[in-house]
Amino acid sequence: MEQPRTATEPDVPASAEPRDDAAPAAQGGMPEARIDDAVFDIAGLTVRYGSFTAVRDISMRVPRHDITALIGPSGCGKSTLLRSLNRMNDLIPIASTEGRVLYNGEDIYADWVDPVEVRRRIGMVFQKPNPFPKSIYDNVAFGPKLNGFKGNMDDLVEESLRRAALWDEVSGKLKDSGLSLSGGQQQRLCIARAIAVSPDVILMDEPCSALDPIATLKIEDLMRDMKEDYTIVIVTHNMQQAARVSDYTAFFTVDVDDEKGERTGDLVEFDTTERIFTQASDQRTEDYITGRFG
Amino acid sequence: MSATDTSTTKESLRGSGRARRADPIFRGLVLVAATSVLVVLAAMIIRTTLDAWPVFDAMGFWGFISGQQWSVGHSRSEVTGTYGAFPFIYGTLKISFFAILAAVPLAIGIALFINEIAPAWLKRPLASTVELLAMVPSVVYALVGIYFFRLYIWEPVGQFIASSPLGNLTFFGPPVLLSSYWSAANILAIMILPIITAICRESFAQVPRDEVNAAYAMGATRWEVMRKVIVPRSFSGIVGGTMLGLGRALGETIAIAFLIGASQRWAPQLFFGGDAMTSVIVNTFADAAPEAIWALLAIGVTLFLITTIVNVLARLIVYRVGQFSGDAAL
Ligand SMILES: Nc1ncnc2c1ncn2[C@@H]1O[C@H](COP(=O)(O)OP(=O)(O)O)[C@@H](O)[C@H]1O
Ligand SMILES: [Mg+2]
Repeated sequence: MEQPRTATEPDVPASAEPRDDAAPAAQGGMPEARIDDAVFDIAGLTVRYGSFTAVRDISMRVPRHDITALIGPSGCGKSTLLRSLNRMNDLIPIASTEGRVLYNGEDIYADWVDPVEVRRRIGMVFQKPNPFPKSIYDNVAFGPKLNGFKGNMDDLVEESLRRAALWDEVSGKLKDSGLSLSGGQQQRLCIARAIAVSPDVILMDEPCSALDPIATLKIEDLMRDMKEDYTIVIVTHNMQQAARVSDYTAFFTVDVDDEKGERTGDLVEFDTTERIFTQASDQRTEDYITGRFG
Repeated sequence: MSATDTSTTKESLRGSGRARRADPIFRGLVLVAATSVLVVLAAMIIRTTLDAWPVFDAMGFWGFISGQQWSVGHSRSEVTGTYGAFPFIYGTLKISFFAILAAVPLAIGIALFINEIAPAWLKRPLASTVELLAMVPSVVYALVGIYFFRLYIWEPVGQFIASSPLGNLTFFGPPVLLSSYWSAANILAIMILPIITAICRESFAQVPRDEVNAAYAMGATRWEVMRKVIVPRSFSGIVGGTMLGLGRALGETIAIAFLIGASQRWAPQLFFGGDAMTSVIVNTFADAAPEAIWALLAIGVTLFLITTIVNVLARLIVYRVGQFSGDAAL
C-alpha cells in the first residue's frame, strides 16, 4: 500500500532563503528566514493522484509550537498537503509524492522511514468527529495500547482528556460510548485520542466544520492552550478562524489550466497571520480574504 | 386577500384523488404476498408436525432426540419401530461445527486479503472467483469430494493426524475412513466458505473509512487496523455470515449423503463414518413405509427447530454486542 516515491530529488535546495525562482506569487512576503525553528521544511512538494496534479511545487517552513493555518478555496489541495505531512496519502493507492518534507531535519519520504512511525509522531484530527464505537476510555487508550504503553493507563487517559479540555465533562462516565457525546465533545475526544500517543505535531483538517459556533470556540481555545506542547497545522475554510487562532497562514489558490482542464493547487503566499490579513503582498490573497473571490 | 390565500391553500392541499386510487390495489397486492408467505410457512410447519406426531407421541420428544437406536417398522397405521434420532442430530451438529470452525477464520482471512491487502488488479479476479464458487451446485462439490478431495487430501491428512500424538485421543483416533464425519465436515467447509467470505467482505467494506484513517493516523499498522478496527467493527456481519453458512451446513443434503458414510449410527471419532439428519432422510425416504416416513418427518421438524434456535441465538448475540458498540447494522 505504501507508494514508492516517484522522485527523490527535490528541485529546490533546502536553504532558508526566500526563493526567487519560484512562482511569481511566492515572492515578497515569504518569512521563511524568520522561522528559525521549523518542524517541517517542505521543499518542492508536488502531490499527484494518478496523472492529476493536486498541489504543485510547494515550499514552506512550519514553525514549532505555533499554529499554522492553511487557507484557500475548496479543491486547492489543503487536505492533500496536510495528509502529505504524515504520509496519510500513502493510504490512497493512486497518490504519489515528489519533493521533500523534512520533519526535524529528516526527510519523512526517505526509503528508510517507516510511515507508521511518522504517524505516531504526527497525529491527525479529521473533519468529521470520528470516535470509535467504544467507550470514552477505550477511545483514548486505543493508541497507547497499540504502541505497547506500559505505564498507568488510567493516568494517561485522564491526562489526555484534561489536555483536550474534556475531562470535567466526562470524568464520571468514562465507560459510556464515545458516540454518546455531543459533536463538539466527540471532536475533543478525537483530540484527546490523538494526544494520548504523545505526538509532536497535530494536523487538523477543518476540525470545526461540523460543529456549532460554541463548540468551535471551545476547540479554538483548546488549540491556543495546546500550542505550549504541540505544533499545530490546521486547514480551515473559515477566515475568521484562521485570523483568531493561527500565528502563520499559508494561502493557496487553484490554478486552472483551461487547455488541459486541470485544476492545480498553488501556494500563493505564506506569512504571519497578521501580515496576511492586514497587508497581504499578493492581490489574490487580499481578494480572497476580503471575500471578493473563493 | 388573505381569504383568497386561504382558499388556494385549501385547494392545493386537497388531494386530486388520482394518485390514491392505485394505493389500495397496491397495498392489497403487497398484503397478499406477505400473508401468503406466512400461510405457506404455517402450512408446512403444521402439516409436517401433524404427520410426525405419532412418532413423537410414541417415543416422547426427549426419547426421540436422545434415543440411539433407529430401527424402522413397516406399518401403515401405527408406530412399531424404534426411532431414536440422536445419531443424526449428533452427526449434523458435529460436521456443521467443524465446518464453521474451519470456514469462518478462513473466510475472514480471505475477505481481509481481498479488501485490504490485495493490489487493485488482483481484487476483482479474486472476488469473482469467490462469487463463482458460491454458484457451484452442491452435487458438483459432492462429486469432487468423492473423486478427488477425500482420496488425495482428507484421508491422507486424517491418517497423519490419527498417527500423530493427537491420535491417542479417541476423538482423533484411528481408523481413518474415506467416508466420515471428517470428509463431510471438510466438504461443508468448502461449500459455505464463499457465502461467509462474501458477507464478511461486505461488512468490512462498510466500516467507516474515517475510523480506519483515525487508527492509521495514530500509528497503527495495516495489520493492527484490520485486527483492532475492521474486524471488531464487523462483528455483526461476521456473525450474520456465519449464521448463513451454518444454515447452509445444517441443511446441506447431497454432499453429506455421499460423504458421511450413511451408517445410521454414531461414532465418537472424527475420522469414522456416521450419519446426519439430512442424509438419513434422503437415503431412506424412497423405500420407507408410512411410519418410517413419519419418523423422517420428525427429523425434519427437529432440524427446523434447530435452525430456528440457532438463528434466535445469533440475533441475541448480535443484539447484545451491537447495543454497546452502536453498530450501524442494527
Ligand atoms: N483520494 C483522491 N483521489 C483523487 N483525487 C483526489 C483525492 N483527494 C483529493 N483529490 C483531488 O485533489 C484536489 C485537491 O483536493 P483536496 O486536497 O481535498 O482540496 P481541499 O482540501 O483544499 O478542498 C481536488 O481536485 C480533489 O478532487
Ligand atoms: Mg479538504
